[in-house]
Amino acid sequence: MAIWLPRLAIDRWRLAEGLRPGEGSDAAPLALIAETAHGPRLAAVNEAARQAGVRPDMLLADARALCPELAVAPADPAGDRAALEALALWAQRWGPWSALDPPDGLVVDVTGVAHLFGGEATMLADAARCFAARRYAARPALAPTAGAAWALAHHGPERAILHPGESLDVLPVAALRLDPATVLVLRRLGLKRIGDLSGVAREALARRFRNHKAPAANPLVRLDQFLGRVPEPLLPVLPVDVPLVQRRLMEPIRHRSLLDRVLADLCADLTRVLEARALGARRLELALWKVDGEVLQRRLELAAVSRDPVHIAALFGRKLDDLDAGFGIELARLRAPWTEPLALAQRDLEAAAEVHGTSLAACIDRLAIRLGPEAVRRPVPRASHVPERAQQWIGPLEPERVSQSDLPFHTRPLKLLDRPEPIAVLYASPDGLPRRFRWRGAVHEIARAEGPERIAPEWWRERSTVRLRDYYRIEDGEGRRYWIYRSGLVDDGRGGAPEWFLQGLYA
Amino acid sequence: MTISAPTPLAAFARRRFGAVLPAPAETRLWQPGANERLDERPNERHSELFAAPGDAAGAGLALAFALAQLRGQAADPVADHPDERPWLWVQDATALRLTGRPYRPGLPPMLRHRLIHVAAKTPEDALFALEEGLRCRDLAFVVGEIAGNPRALSLTAQRRLSLVAEKHGVPLWLVRVGAERDLSSARQRWAVRAAPSLPPRWNAQAPGAPAWQAELFRARNHPPGEWILRNDGQVLTAEPARPAPHHGDLAAPAGDRPLAAG
Repeated sequence: MAIWLPRLAIDRWRLAEGLRPGEGSDAAPLALIAETAHGPRLAAVNEAARQAGVRPDMLLADARALCPELAVAPADPAGDRAALEALALWAQRWGPWSALDPPDGLVVDVTGVAHLFGGEATMLADAARCFAARRYAARPALAPTAGAAWALAHHGPERAILHPGESLDVLPVAALRLDPATVLVLRRLGLKRIGDLSGVAREALARRFRNHKAPAANPLVRLDQFLGRVPEPLLPVLPVDVPLVQRRLMEPIRHRSLLDRVLADLCADLTRVLEARALGARRLELALWKVDGEVLQRRLELAAVSRDPVHIAALFGRKLDDLDAGFGIELARLRAPWTEPLALAQRDLEAAAEVHGTSLAACIDRLAIRLGPEAVRRPVPRASHVPERAQQWIGPLEPERVSQSDLPFHTRPLKLLDRPEPIAVLYASPDGLPRRFRWRGAVHEIARAEGPERIAPEWWRERSTVRLRDYYRIEDGEGRRYWIYRSGLVDDGRGGAPEWFLQGLYA
Repeated sequence: MTISAPTPLAAFARRRFGAVLPAPAETRLWQPGANERLDERPNERHSELFAAPGDAAGAGLALAFALAQLRGQAADPVADHPDERPWLWVQDATALRLTGRPYRPGLPPMLRHRLIHVAAKTPEDALFALEEGLRCRDLAFVVGEIAGNPRALSLTAQRRLSLVAEKHGVPLWLVRVGAERDLSSARQRWAVRAAPSLPPRWNAQAPGAPAWQAELFRARNHPPGEWILRNDGQVLTAEPARPAPHHGDLAAPAGDRPLAAG
């Protein structure tokens, strides 16, 4: 069954204003407008405007020329979409599943259902009556395929039912759910009705539209879907209910200790709800309604899926320190918008489990909540030869990106300074290794050295003036081991005399 | 208690210092890998390493100790996969600035992919992170780096760390960067500085495998001593650090070094 809501936007506007059709400001011409690059354009018009000659998709200036008294209101496509989703869920009263047909249609699978409503005609009448009771203009139609039902709903008679053996050849080609450009092509070819398409050899149509892969641009694909020769999978709408627990408080609370008590109760309730569905939470939202109507929100994300009430309450507890309760909090609500499956686990019966310590995920959560998520990181390799670019930091429990192999580096230092520190050097020869250098106010004699290891700049990432580096692994007279480099060569034309930097410290 | 015949040197020292030195038979010097049998001595999970700010000797030796201990642990006979638990490296902001950030290509290959790094802003945050890490059963060990002698790192805080480490069995090596030797409850306290490395076999001009001059100045179960520790990537070896011999004197001055150390 396909249901077309031809005036969804206008109907929603009228419902929001609380008007009946043709009443109040709906009696005068009115249009919903959307802002486009070329100025305001009409998205939908009401009946009075339609009679005045105004059509959707006109520019507002053109429409005002036709009908100077046209009133406007802003269109709300996102709201229309949300309303359509809600209607799709509601339409599951006629069948086990339903799908959206944006922007203004629904498809309900009613296979083997009609007898429950006393026949197909009665079911369509029921659908029309229910939509009329909600004050939506609706055109339901019934057919063996989704394509045919759509065609009947949009271009057929009221409450049409396609019985076996009947033909829809008289409908226009636009009933095949084609986009306007394709309809225009077909009209120029002289193919105006669906029946005309069967008069043309199939090979000719296939050749003419061989480059049109999208179903809406290829009349053959649409014709096959229309006749049920190829399957047309639809994406059903599934209701997702977010686990939610709340506490209405008899007395508004103003003190932190009471709030902690309420929070612990909420977490215990939520744990029970999640446990019943074998789920665990990844994101949690706590909303606290104050007496004066203000809502305080706190949001939490967990590193790994969990439903441990003590852990969740402790994490929220850190986020409530800066809370201003004002005259008191009267309603507390805890939601888990992001959940993942978490199998039921047996409680550890050993007493020893009490002293076994926390799990890694709980430890990471606590660290990230107090120190911030940027403070807890894990290094992973990255395909680059430039030392500071050869590692990047990701979240501690994120998986490492799969690579064929790490770059095999020669001995690298244990630690790297965040930015290389310049050192003052004393050369033996200008292009060779220095004899001694001064770093952070101390003089280091170079006793042993290995190098140079030349690392060229990555021209595909950096500017052309970046200089190459000659790295030396050195050990000073006291045995301290460093990684120093000379930035550039004497005559490389990318700056003055080369400078020396200390970048790494060996163990 | 069996007392072997005193050597002339020991007898000389006894006469000179009037101190009761442990007899050689019961002297247990620190050995690399002595931490292996930690299960027998669960009270030695907390060690402290004092290092200078200008090099990575402290962190390097802490990792070498950790590696020696991981290698020494007997594999769990019922485990179906090897122990690949992550480990935690906590640094406060000053230590991070003075001694740099861990660099994955330079870490020991066994530990590279298991590192979780915590960059704490203050010593209080670093202590919090250390304690949380020690409480976690899924961590192999914890390395901390804290610069100077912050007020937060009091004897009480140290004692908390020791107790948590011993309760949960997670070893802690706390590197004190540029710090004074204050009061502490660490079970082993080392002073570390870099030592000249042995020349490698194929290029005598290049720096060799890391070496450290490490002084164990306080330990619960060992006499103090001073060693040169070398890590060639496989094993950690120790040799006594001998000062240059004095000509014309048979014995080197003892100083605060026990004679039994060599």
